[in-house]
Amino acid sequence: MSHTVVAHTHEEHRSTKLPDIKLMMWIFLASDCMFFGSLIGSYLVYKDKSVVGPYPTDVLDIPLTTVSTFVLLMSSFLMVLALHSLRSNDIPKFRLWTLGVCVFGSIFLGFQVYEFSHFVDLGLTLDQNLFGTTFFVLTGTHGVHVTIGVLMLLSLLIISYIRPTSAKDAVYLEVTGLYWHFVDIVWIVIFTVIYLVEFV
Amino acid sequence: MAIGRQTAAAGDAGVITRPTWTTGWASWLTTVDHKRLGLLYIVSSFIFLAFGSIEAFLIRLQLTRPEQQLISPDVFNQLFTMHGVTMVFLAIMPLGIGFANYFVPLMIGARDLAFPRLNAFGYWVYALGGVFLYTSFFLGGAPDVGWFAYAPLTSLSNNPGNGVDFYMIGLLVGGIGTLVTAMNLIVTVVNMRAPGMTFMRLPLFVWMMLITSFLIIFAFPALTIALFQVIMDRTFGTLFYVPEAGALPILWQHLFWIFGHPEVYIIILPAFGVISEVIPTFSRKPLFGYPIMVLSGIFIGFMGFAVWSHHMFTTGLGPVANTAFALTSFVIGIPTGIKVFNWIATMWGGHVRFAVPMLYATAFLITFTLGGITGIMVAVPPFDAQVQDTYFVVAHFHFVMGGGALLAFLAGFYYWFPKMSGRMMPEGLGKIAFWLIVPGFYLIFWPQHLAGLVGMPRRVQTYEAGIGLDAYNLMSSMGTYVMGAGMIIVIASAFWALRKGTIAGDDPWDGRTLEWATTSPPPHYDFDVVPEINDRDPVWLIKHPELIERRDPISESVDPDHTPPEHVEQIAIHIPGQSWYPLIAALGIFFGSYALLYQNLFLGLFTVAIIFLACYAWALEGVGGHHENVDPAAGGRA
Amino acid sequence: MPVVRWFHRVAPLLGLALVLAGCVTDGPRSMLHPAGEVAQQQLDIFMWTFWLSIVVLVLVIGVLIFAIFRFRRQYTGDKDAIPNQTHGSVPLEITWTIIPVIIVILVAVPTVRAIFATEVRVTPEEGDVIVDATGYQWWWRFEYPEHGIVTANELHMPVGSRLIVDLDSADVLHSFWVPKLAGKRDMIPNQDNQLWLSADEPGIYYGHCAELCLGAHAYMRFRLVVQEQEDYDAWVASFQQAGQADASPPLTQVQDSQLIQQGRALYAQKGCIGCHTNDNYALGLGSPDFPSLTNFGMRNTVGAGVLDNTHENLTTWIRDPQSVKPGNYMPTLWQADDPDALEEAGAIAAYLLSLGTEGQQTQANARGGSNGDR
Repeated sequence: MSHTVVAHTHEEHRSTKLPDIKLMMWIFLASDCMFFGSLIGSYLVYKDKSVVGPYPTDVLDIPLTTVSTFVLLMSSFLMVLALHSLRSNDIPKFRLWTLGVCVFGSIFLGFQVYEFSHFVDLGLTLDQNLFGTTFFVLTGTHGVHVTIGVLMLLSLLIISYIRPTSAKDAVYLEVTGLYWHFVDIVWIVIFTVIYLVEFV
Repeated sequence: MAIGRQTAAAGDAGVITRPTWTTGWASWLTTVDHKRLGLLYIVSSFIFLAFGSIEAFLIRLQLTRPEQQLISPDVFNQLFTMHGVTMVFLAIMPLGIGFANYFVPLMIGARDLAFPRLNAFGYWVYALGGVFLYTSFFLGGAPDVGWFAYAPLTSLSNNPGNGVDFYMIGLLVGGIGTLVTAMNLIVTVVNMRAPGMTFMRLPLFVWMMLITSFLIIFAFPALTIALFQVIMDRTFGTLFYVPEAGALPILWQHLFWIFGHPEVYIIILPAFGVISEVIPTFSRKPLFGYPIMVLSGIFIGFMGFAVWSHHMFTTGLGPVANTAFALTSFVIGIPTGIKVFNWIATMWGGHVRFAVPMLYATAFLITFTLGGITGIMVAVPPFDAQVQDTYFVVAHFHFVMGGGALLAFLAGFYYWFPKMSGRMMPEGLGKIAFWLIVPGFYLIFWPQHLAGLVGMPRRVQTYEAGIGLDAYNLMSSMGTYVMGAGMIIVIASAFWALRKGTIAGDDPWDGRTLEWATTSPPPHYDFDVVPEINDRDPVWLIKHPELIERRDPISESVDPDHTPPEHVEQIAIHIPGQSWYPLIAALGIFFGSYALLYQNLFLGLFTVAIIFLACYAWALEGVGGHHENVDPAAGGRA
Repeated sequence: MPVVRWFHRVAPLLGLALVLAGCVTDGPRSMLHPAGEVAQQQLDIFMWTFWLSIVVLVLVIGVLIFAIFRFRRQYTGDKDAIPNQTHGSVPLEITWTIIPVIIVILVAVPTVRAIFATEVRVTPEEGDVIVDATGYQWWWRFEYPEHGIVTANELHMPVGSRLIVDLDSADVLHSFWVPKLAGKRDMIPNQDNQLWLSADEPGIYYGHCAELCLGAHAYMRFRLVVQEQEDYDAWVASFQQAGQADASPPLTQVQDSQLIQQGRALYAQKGCIGCHTNDNYALGLGSPDFPSLTNFGMRNTVGAGVLDNTHENLTTWIRDPQSVKPGNYMPTLWQADDPDALEEAGAIAAYLLSLGTEGQQTQANARGGSNGDR
């Protein structure tokens, strides 16, 4: 046997030179746009259609949510730093920044949990009126997205202690980062549609 | 980190030892081979097709004569709901996906889909979702609200039984399977084309599947959200579709049809793809006007998102909205017309051989044209005001879905059966079945147009005698026996052919596209060596090298990074490892569905844990697999 | 040529089917024989698209069949010959892009015209009859706000007037559809839809619910009675009297009188009055969410268009509603083995039939005169 050519199914030839997993994430995010689009659409259709209170202006607290929005935006910034560190093989920094993203994400979730329980105290529940129904389902779905993002990042963090990690693995962090930035952008849309528009 | 990069150390990472069976039932449960999964899809589709047909038969039995009471209204509602759901979600759409699973990688010169285990997961979720839906018959009654389940018929107060929950959760679960498979197909087509297989050289079936997959990823979320809202309403007391709280039931219709109309194209575009493969092969000519065929497919897919409200002309959207959606619907007629003309032009001047696949393709052309024309008619809102929700519409969409998609997939089934099984379907029986199925189909659905015009609403369990409906319904019911006999012959002859059919050889039809370059059935790794691709019909060009001068100029441009394959004596082909985790995750979702339905917190937490663990184990075990040494000169394994 | 041989065998059967299929086009719910302006326009646009379709079909299927026979391999001879490998033709493809564009324009222009002729929301004018129609599982509540009339399952309107129907639903979706007069419009909770129609001549027109509403959806029918103006006025007046007059009508026959008196007692005793008013809610008895039985004797049908309104049918309906209209919500008032059931039901039926049939007005008059079923 003169020489053997290794024809991999999963690593070798790629028509676009992009890793499959990255392409997959882009396609998933395209699809996820439609998920959020449908939920935001439902929210807008039912805006001002509630027959009993509490109404949005009774409960929404712009300053508080601005703070949590800022925290979420900053987490995206840390995400960029984490990816940069991993790409330059700086594993300790990568771990630090990734942990930072997780912490900021968790702070955002903490704000959301506080907000939800505060609203329930004010009488706004899932089955109170259409505002409650659409508000909780939309922001709740976003919260689940953030939670999954935090879990993915924590998993990457833990795996980096178990298995050898190097710049070659940056694609996994990059893909998670795509997801994270997307969830962040969606929040900006939700924040505008639910919170800001109400007080214009 | 290295999540997915373990290939050598199979079995280390997982909780369960990595399965390596190559035969027996366990090999099918753990398979990640796109061909096996394709076969599973096709077989499951045919099983569900049989269920759906039995339901259709019972519906026609009840409607044979006026004022019959063979089947109670409750059961009747369940039958037509399950018939619709089965045919759309469990039979016809997965049939297209099954063919895509099997043939897209073969046609683009790939050795598998991009994510083989995700592909397995997609199949298991679909199959178990179907099983879940069907268990409803034994657990308090199947859904009875029609396949589009208009709110507020689905609210807890209007429909306290479990049936609606089965519908909502079942479709939600099935939708997950369809979504991941579509994403997988997109990545595969975009990223795994063989060197030289440029986009303008892709077989039309692959193009149509690519467009279909994009339709799926954009359309299914709307359905998923709508289903999710109703599940929330019924389980957690939200008010999405509770009119007393001010909710607008029309929202469901918008969300459903934003999904539902693209769904029509999700079903019919793969059928277009099959026809676009069958007609050139049996005409011994290239597809006429390939670029415009691709473009019209893209255009149809795109417009598919702009016409949903033509299902809602009678809901009082107002004249302006009705005009807008009527016009966009008419516009879809243009690319569809172009396609039909191009198919006929492909036959024109050819040497057309009327083997069974070509017979079905011809029947498709006529039937689909008729269905398309009634489609233009019902897109006229004033006329639609009369026939909406009547048997005219029933006849219209059966001409498109049954006479269109089903006949095209039967063409595909006969066309690709030799490739999948290595044996030919019997030609004589095939023709007998064809001459039962097609006239039977017309006997069932042609009179339904007239029944609708004479005033028969759809979804009625019975109808008055003597108001002009009796004859049409009798004919329609008689047709089910004729068409049913034909379908039974198809299934029976397939079983016969699997054992006794004549050996097909690699290329029984004098094929044109890449799947005919490998053996029948193909080896696990699809191709020993992927042939050099420098034309749209690579296999045809290999057989007739003198035709290189007559290539389509558009297909001539050479892939910039295309290097001719070096001569090799041995190739080590990576075979991805089998895995239990897709099935375990799918089972978790399956049992989780019951937990949600019966609001069983314990089972719910348990299944969430199972899904969670399966996902981690799946991620950590990596692609796995081994390398198989192939000696191309010897034509197979070394 | 097995294909052709088979076709010869099947063709006569197919032809027979087509002939049979062509035989019935009329019926009381056939849109092909309209009797009103709206339905006429809807038929006109259909006929226009129909004849266009015939042209297109003859063209497409003609060319296809020619291609099938001219280019089949048996005909072209040499099996291994390779036909000319044409890839396309820009002029041809442009041609058959333009052809559908032209057809689409030919359909679109009259379509838009017809939409704005039939589907624009109208504001009531002098002489229009306004009805608030509410769909219930599985019957129809019709209220004439101008006259203070509430009735069920049977609409009346004068010939030549425009009927404006405001549509609403009390539970799930329904759809209001009288094919001979106008296409359907859905009845949706929290959405005020409107439909208008008019009729060219008096008669009784059939309506049907056209949106799945479970249970007895197949039996959710109604009648629209188009009358001459004076008959309609009399019908309106009879409702206004129903509230004022003593509930017991003047009776002609002693025998009937006793039966009717018994029925009237049973109507209260069996609890019918708890749901069904018989005096247009004058005394406040009955519930607005159940069919009004005011002037029931003038109705044409029993059970929302299911049976003709005869004493026998009505008795069967009252005795065992489920046997007539499976799935409906009307309770069965007697045990299966109650020996008096049939007699009592007959008495109630007699009483109901007496409602609104007093005086000079005969049932035949109320039912749209001599024109009969349309």
